[in-house]
Amino acid sequence: MAAVQSGVGDGVEEKDIKTEPPTDGFGNNANDGRVLSSSPGSSAPAASGKPAAGGTPEDQQTLLAVLQFLKKNKLTESVEILRREAGLPEDAQDAKGADSSGSGGAAGSVDLEGGDASALLSRVTVSSSAAAQAPTKAAEDQPDVNVVLSAYSQQGDPALYEVYYSGLKRFIETVLDCHRAELSQVFYPLFVHMYLELVYNNHENEAKAFFEKFSGDQECYYEDDLRVLSSLTKKEHMRGNETLLDFRTSKFVLRISRDSYQLLKRHLQERQNNQIWNIIQEHLYIDIFDGMPRSKSQIDAMSGSLAGEAKREANKAKVYYGLLKEPEIELPLDDEDEEAENEEGKPKKKKPKKDSMGSKSKKQDPNAPSQNRIPLPELKDSDKLDKIMYMKEATKRIRLGTDNLPSICFYSFLNAYQGLTAVDFTDDSSLIAGGFADSTVRVWSVTPKKLRKVKSAADLNLIDKESDDVLERIMDEKTASESKILYGHSGPVYGISFSPDRNYLLSSSEDGTVRLWSLQTFTCLVGYKGHNYPVWDTQFSPYGYYFVSGGHDRVARLWATDHYQPLRMFSGHLADITCTRFHPNSNYVATGSSDRTIRLWDVLNGNCVRIFTGHKGPIHALAFSPNGKFLASGATDGRVLLWDIGHGLMVGELKGHADTVYSLRFSRDGELLASGSMDNTVRLWDAMKAFDDLETDDFTAATGHVHLQDNSQELLLGTYMTKSTPVIHLHFTRRNLLLAAGAYNP
Amino acid sequence: MAEERRQKQCSVVLPTESMKAMAESVGVGQLQEESCVALSEEVSYRIKEIAQDALKFMHHGKRRKLTTSDIDNALKLKNVEPLYGFQSQEFIPFRFASGGGRELHFYEEKEVDLSDIINTPLPRVPLDVSLKAHWLSIEGVQPSIPENPPPAPKEQQKAESTEPLKVVKPGQEEEGTIQGKGQGATAPDGKGKEKGMIRLKPRSTHELSVEQQLYYKEITEACVGSCEAKRAEALQSIATDPGLYQMLPRFSTFISEGVRVNVVQNNLALLIYLMRMVKALMDNPTLYLEKYLHELIPAVVTCIVSKQLCLRPDVDNHWALRDFAARLMAQSCKTFSTTTNNIQSRITKTFTKSWLDDKTQWTTRYGCIAGLAELGPDVIKTLILPRLTVEGARIKAVVEGPVVSNIDKIGADHVQSLLLKHCASVIAKIRPQPDNVEQYRTDYGYLGPMLCSHVMKARTQAALQAQQVNRTTLTITQPRPTVSVSQSGLSGSAGPRTPSIIKVPSSLALMSPRPGTPSQPSPPATKYIVMATSAGAASTQQVITLSSSQSASPVTSTVPSATSTLQPLVKLESGSGPGLTASRPMQKYIVVSLPSSASSSLETKSSVLPTSISSTPLDTGMKLDRSESPGASTQSPH
Repeated sequence: MAAVQSGVGDGVEEKDIKTEPPTDGFGNNANDGRVLSSSPGSSAPAASGKPAAGGTPEDQQTLLAVLQFLKKNKLTESVEILRREAGLPEDAQDAKGADSSGSGGAAGSVDLEGGDASALLSRVTVSSSAAAQAPTKAAEDQPDVNVVLSAYSQQGDPALYEVYYSGLKRFIETVLDCHRAELSQVFYPLFVHMYLELVYNNHENEAKAFFEKFSGDQECYYEDDLRVLSSLTKKEHMRGNETLLDFRTSKFVLRISRDSYQLLKRHLQERQNNQIWNIIQEHLYIDIFDGMPRSKSQIDAMSGSLAGEAKREANKAKVYYGLLKEPEIELPLDDEDEEAENEEGKPKKKKPKKDSMGSKSKKQDPNAPSQNRIPLPELKDSDKLDKIMYMKEATKRIRLGTDNLPSICFYSFLNAYQGLTAVDFTDDSSLIAGGFADSTVRVWSVTPKKLRKVKSAADLNLIDKESDDVLERIMDEKTASESKILYGHSGPVYGISFSPDRNYLLSSSEDGTVRLWSLQTFTCLVGYKGHNYPVWDTQFSPYGYYFVSGGHDRVARLWATDHYQPLRMFSGHLADITCTRFHPNSNYVATGSSDRTIRLWDVLNGNCVRIFTGHKGPIHALAFSPNGKFLASGATDGRVLLWDIGHGLMVGELKGHADTVYSLRFSRDGELLASGSMDNTVRLWDAMKAFDDLETDDFTAATGHVHLQDNSQELLLGTYMTKSTPVIHLHFTRRNLLLAAGAYNP
Repeated sequence: MAEERRQKQCSVVLPTESMKAMAESVGVGQLQEESCVALSEEVSYRIKEIAQDALKFMHHGKRRKLTTSDIDNALKLKNVEPLYGFQSQEFIPFRFASGGGRELHFYEEKEVDLSDIINTPLPRVPLDVSLKAHWLSIEGVQPSIPENPPPAPKEQQKAESTEPLKVVKPGQEEEGTIQGKGQGATAPDGKGKEKGMIRLKPRSTHELSVEQQLYYKEITEACVGSCEAKRAEALQSIATDPGLYQMLPRFSTFISEGVRVNVVQNNLALLIYLMRMVKALMDNPTLYLEKYLHELIPAVVTCIVSKQLCLRPDVDNHWALRDFAARLMAQSCKTFSTTTNNIQSRITKTFTKSWLDDKTQWTTRYGCIAGLAELGPDVIKTLILPRLTVEGARIKAVVEGPVVSNIDKIGADHVQSLLLKHCASVIAKIRPQPDNVEQYRTDYGYLGPMLCSHVMKARTQAALQAQQVNRTTLTITQPRPTVSVSQSGLSGSAGPRTPSIIKVPSSLALMSPRPGTPSQPSPPATKYIVMATSAGAASTQQVITLSSSQSASPVTSTVPSATSTLQPLVKLESGSGPGLTASRPMQKYIVVSLPSSASSSLETKSSVLPTSISSTPLDTGMKLDRSESPGASTQSPH
């Protein structure tokens, strides 16, 4: 990787950091940029590419950061001393903003390969002279932002920007067709960075003219970002603007074939087009691959995210996507039940099935993580009973397929006045919970069994604890009702999730907390505070105990119910985390985000192991296939994308919805995928076919260049309109009946 | 597109005038132009930023509308205190007011008197959230139940019939719904289709399921059966059920065949039943009948102009059927007439042609005139008024001439009253005052004097909105089975009310052929049952319409509370005359009057008090019915 980049010049330092996918998840994101010190580099200890060159600049930067801190706190004496000791020149600290961004931001400088400190110092001075704006910036309150922005301080003639851009445009339009699509990818990041440079350097009018002239050329799926950009016309606006920080802190990733890249490089060097070349060097990460250039459709399928495509390296880590071995549970009750059912023929059928299931669970899936990779809670007796119930139900499951579509039962929330924001069903489909905009959480029983509270402590004392039906006796019959309301949040409830054992309920809210409720007492047990901003989604692990939450602060957190602080923090997304899902084996967590990427995180070590790009809008729904191999995601653009987790590839695109897809669910056996959307429809897709058609030869797996065929219409098995009721949740019962829920919206 | 977008993106900045106005509102007098520019840019930027964040909350709230609470949340996100008190229930319009020579946007905040708020009764508590389950699909097939959307939305049916070429533009929608219905059309078909092939018009299935067949049988039997209650139920089902799209061809054929047979057999009752079915079909909001007009229109027209519709033309009230069918015709002209099918002009031509024919019988003549008259005042003005003289002469010949036959006499009588009824109001509008009998005689011949008196009456009542309330109702009293056809009878009230009409006349038999107009509440001929109530006891439950007896029924039925009373015609008349209504605390009379056998043929320039609903009762009645039912059941969902 570094070898490929060797010709690139002064960006080496950062490239080295980027070569390690895991660090990318942590080291290089907006969140860290804000929380940690000014240097993203400092959080990536293993910048090991060039020990001599890499180590010293790092020290240097740390020193500079310390200096700046001291100066900010008016500790002038310490500043003097430190500077003397470190031998830094006077003007260095003024320029440190430019330098410590770690981006090799010494823009004008050309040759800074030198590894010793003096070379570095010279570089600092060079950059300070180049950065005319820097001194004024250094005294600002927000050093981190300054650091980020100062990379734009390089000055070109603003009038020439248009010339440069259109020159490049002309060039790309004239290259061979096979390269054109690839090189066209450069337009958008280049456009953005040039525009920001103009704005940063106070060339407001030129910036506007530039925007007007070229914004129409950009791909339509960047429209949202362009809108943000267009409103940003002053340097002051850039401070604190998240989108801007995203552009700066993360390099825009492009995948370009070697041939195309060489073509571009040669052109820029011939023309002496340093302005553009610098931007490419500094703000773009060009992931070069050997082989055929990609076609336009291939590129379009993968692009669209806020920061370009995922690097190929980011998806190389091994993911244990197999399922955990089911604990062996004896089924003594089962036979009796079957006899009770008194159905001939059925027991015969069932028994071999049981055996096969048993044998399957004995075999260890080669792709499965080891059983104790992460500690999981022990099974309680009640859990075992539930498992037995599950297996019994599973034997009665309807086998779905193209000729055997499921029945759909729709639960409409009436009189919700648009306030329904989240819904969840228990796995056994006995309870349904709704989160509402008025901060309440309501739980309904959809079976005849009513909801009862446990008796008060005083009453519990009176109970005969030895009796057989003690569990029944502790319930207070007087409180039986079909629904219960849980009060506690102080803002709309956006996420809701039942624990697998049905004893708890999680809810996440605009008030920044995640709350754990007991479904025995119908009271709040814990409020998990950590997200200071709205928490958009939360979900229990399929094994209970753990849960994940994600919200506006761009960090997904992994919690355990008995810890009030998170166990893991998954940071790396460039915008709000909109939805979170546990992998069926509980070892991984998938998060979807407004930055239009999906990331898969390893619960064990907190690393980001997959980045999926291709959506053109914020992602609002995720679903793992029951076998753990595939992931489906739905976004505001109405498309559903299918991903192969093991290979890290996009494997399908389902087009049909006209509005945001808010819910996705695979049938229990994984044959069908159901999607529910804001456009008031439930659609059923042939998941088997979608995954079967997939060609996974080594080449596509290695390059990640999938050629998707447009077969959405063939895969669509059914569309069911509701009566002005957006579908916000879907759930397959254990027997494969599809339940859907939404609020009637007259 | 790009052009447009750029426009949107770049140039939207608040005008500097706004800045000045806002500054003034907080007490900053002289704001420099430069500061204004800087401020407006900054403010615009911040507003856009907040709007973007608010959108996030909208998306997570699973809504399509941005609400004020989204803005509040977005402000909270930025650590800004949200704006309180912007929870307006209604739409807040963006209005301008010019003040000081410039346009200003303002938010109208009225001063509220606290005592008013305290004294107003509390609003109804909103219904609690509840959960309701229904089948969206059963093994891949979407059942046609009210909870599900109609299989083919009305717009689509309309598009199909009016613009067949444009159909299936939203290909997937269409295909989806059809797919949802017929299993056969789903997967196997989808596979068989080759990719490049042009999609043909989607096949819609024409086999009815067993349930649908049963339903069809039940409904058609009930509609023409003898049990009035069942019929009301069946008609209600036809008028409201959303899943009838597939059965429409069957119903249409049933009606057209039924009319054909029963006209020959002169079975008046059945013809009436069939016309009520047509009416119910037309009222169904999920159906679009255009495709079936070729069967329905001939059937309806037959019922208007047929020479003979009943066994005993001298006794039976077939006139009412003609009137009713004419109204149906007018309604379908209004709904379905387009430049391509030209229904209205074709129908008009048909009517005119047979009316002009000298040999046409009185019955047909009556039908033609009724049919034309229902098409509206313009048609009356251009086609009927010029022929009044001729027609008058013809009537005169029958009435004053040698007695030819009783049937002819009755026919002429009816035609005369029909003409008077329809023409008077039109003449009242187009003819300047004063009304001179002689002048009328010269203009309109034989009918002139009578017209003149009618017009005068019309004028006096037109001051109080002259209306033809009579249009909404058709009450037929026959010796044998009594049928009542009521326009507003589609609401649930139709069932219980109708029988009462039948019962009361037989027991009391009060009606004279010519009840007076309301200005003279008790002409010798009309008899009213008057129940006096004390002022205090008369609640608004009672009906507030004062009008001539035969016309009151529909209006009363539309008043919500009146539906509970079984009396068909209940009127409340205040003691001091038509101008005053129930609101006055004085002695009140509940007047129960009864329809007469000849009611529909009566001249009716009945007037309605200002309190009564509005000009076209037909529409009003229906509207009220509709708006009423959702209100009552707040959010009965599907």
